Amino acid sequence: MQDVNWTALIVFVALFGFITWLGFAAAHWRKGDLDQLHEWGLGGRRFGTLITWFLVGGDLYTAYTFIAVPALAFGAGAVAFFAVPYTILIYPILFLAFPRLWRVCHKHNYITAADFVRGRFGNRWLALAITVTGLVATMPYIALQLVGLQVVVGGLGVSGTGLAGDLPLIIAFVILAAFTYSSGLRAPASIAIVKDILIYITAFAAVIVVPIQLGGFEKIFAAVPPAKVLLAEPGPHTTGALGNYATLALGSALALFLYPHSITGILSASSGHAIRRNAALLPGYSFLLGLLALVGFFAIAANVANLPEYAAGFKQFGNSFAVPALFLHSFPSWFVGVAFAAVGIGALVPAAIMSIAAANLYTRNIHREFINANPSDREEAQMAKWVSLIVKFGALVFIIFVPTQYAIQLQLLGGIWIIQTVPAVLLGVYTRWFNEWALLVGWAAGTIAGTAMAAATNFTPTYPLAIDGWTFPGYTALYTLVLNLVLAIVLTPVFNAIGAAREDATVAADYRA
Amino acid sequence: MDHQGERRSGWSWWYLLFVIQFVAVLWPPFYNKLEPTLWGVPFFYWYQLAWVVVGAVLTAIVYFATDD
Repeated sequence: MQDVNWTALIVFVALFGFITWLGFAAAHWRKGDLDQLHEWGLGGRRFGTLITWFLVGGDLYTAYTFIAVPALAFGAGAVAFFAVPYTILIYPILFLAFPRLWRVCHKHNYITAADFVRGRFGNRWLALAITVTGLVATMPYIALQLVGLQVVVGGLGVSGTGLAGDLPLIIAFVILAAFTYSSGLRAPASIAIVKDILIYITAFAAVIVVPIQLGGFEKIFAAVPPAKVLLAEPGPHTTGALGNYATLALGSALALFLYPHSITGILSASSGHAIRRNAALLPGYSFLLGLLALVGFFAIAANVANLPEYAAGFKQFGNSFAVPALFLHSFPSWFVGVAFAAVGIGALVPAAIMSIAAANLYTRNIHREFINANPSDREEAQMAKWVSLIVKFGALVFIIFVPTQYAIQLQLLGGIWIIQTVPAVLLGVYTRWFNEWALLVGWAAGTIAGTAMAAATNFTPTYPLAIDGWTFPGYTALYTLVLNLVLAIVLTPVFNAIGAAREDATVAADYRA
Repeated sequence: MDHQGERRSGWSWWYLLFVIQFVAVLWPPFYNKLEPTLWGVPFFYWYQLAWVVVGAVLTAIVYFATDD
């Protein structure tokens, strides 16, 4: 590996020191009683439009995204840009459905999606399915944030063998665990402001400075192999790469806001209005992500993969090293420190929110539902704090001892699993028409079929669906959601005919402004 | 509850503006091409980036049209 880049490392460590202080100081920000779960785990639901913008932006556009999307463009080309239509489509969904979810959750003090499903459908097993899905989809996602951190630490030239090599990661996670424990959601909310500003500075510097260095966009795209610039035109009797692209975008968009960390971010807003405003303001990050995807092409044009000084990095991290290598190649050392800190801090913010979301889920929907039905507020908040530590420790152990490939595959499966909660949560916000047992059967069928299809395609995200001589390659999650929905619709009248009276703790007015 | 809440929670024709962006970005044959380029960037890329901006504007319009 290359030598330690001291200037960059000092800037990096200084920025990390600053956000560490900020994370602890955040406990006193908009002060609330942190012995209550909604104060610790949702920041007291008092973040206005601007803080919500930073928090949700910092939450959804993770370090992993900022490394993986350009890496995909670098390696596979145009398909990586599906992240753009994907992040365009999430905002109409956010605008329409989530202010309603916010209002009903505020009214009934629901902290999680599973809380809502429990109240709406009165079925603890359906709520458990939502809970378990959220937990298993979140865990590998936390682990993947560490990959982003590992890549930039490697890029700084900090390396070692065995446990010493993982030391920077362990230090970062101890810091993360400590301030999350003490400040709850207020910590990532305050750090997100710093992180997002750094990311914007980095991204704009990258898309302005690097193309100038490389002689303009025309030259950059001329350097990219033609097969990577556009999606491959499909052959006869298949929708080919175009079908993949569209279904990946739509399926990912439907799944995104169902992740527990997304819901935690949204429910911490101070009003449904703040959410609606953010649906128009958050696309700022989508634009940023689109620009960053192009950085993958810059890395091709700058030929960083063939420069000897980055060979070790590419060997260790593969295409994920494309962005760090380009930054090292194009920027002065001090700015490399800023850029890498942006990515590194960008890993901590979502990791903190994810661990809080997982802690909320366990505490509310497993512990309170099945183990201790009447905890005091203090016991409930304390339980969540402990669980957030356990979750992070689990992710750390996972990433140190298990090959990264498994975390990536599990995260892929997580997308397929989490989309199966669309009927109960996203449609549940609008209608109580579905029978709860029909929803549970649909969920189970979608989960099992999706897992089997992913395994059959060797853990790639798309499945070549064959119908009547045509092949429709597409995102497995979307296909299995259709199966889930069809079953839920067909079985609802059946279960209604044999079942008992339906329960619903919510009324129509709860969803309105 | 009050009449206003009733109106706001229900359907609004303004929501149809959202359909436009779904169609525009979910049909790749529309935009899977090089020309016309903009500042050297192929159509495929600038078209989708432009839709980020248009989508945000459409969402803002719906926000102001359906909110007080």
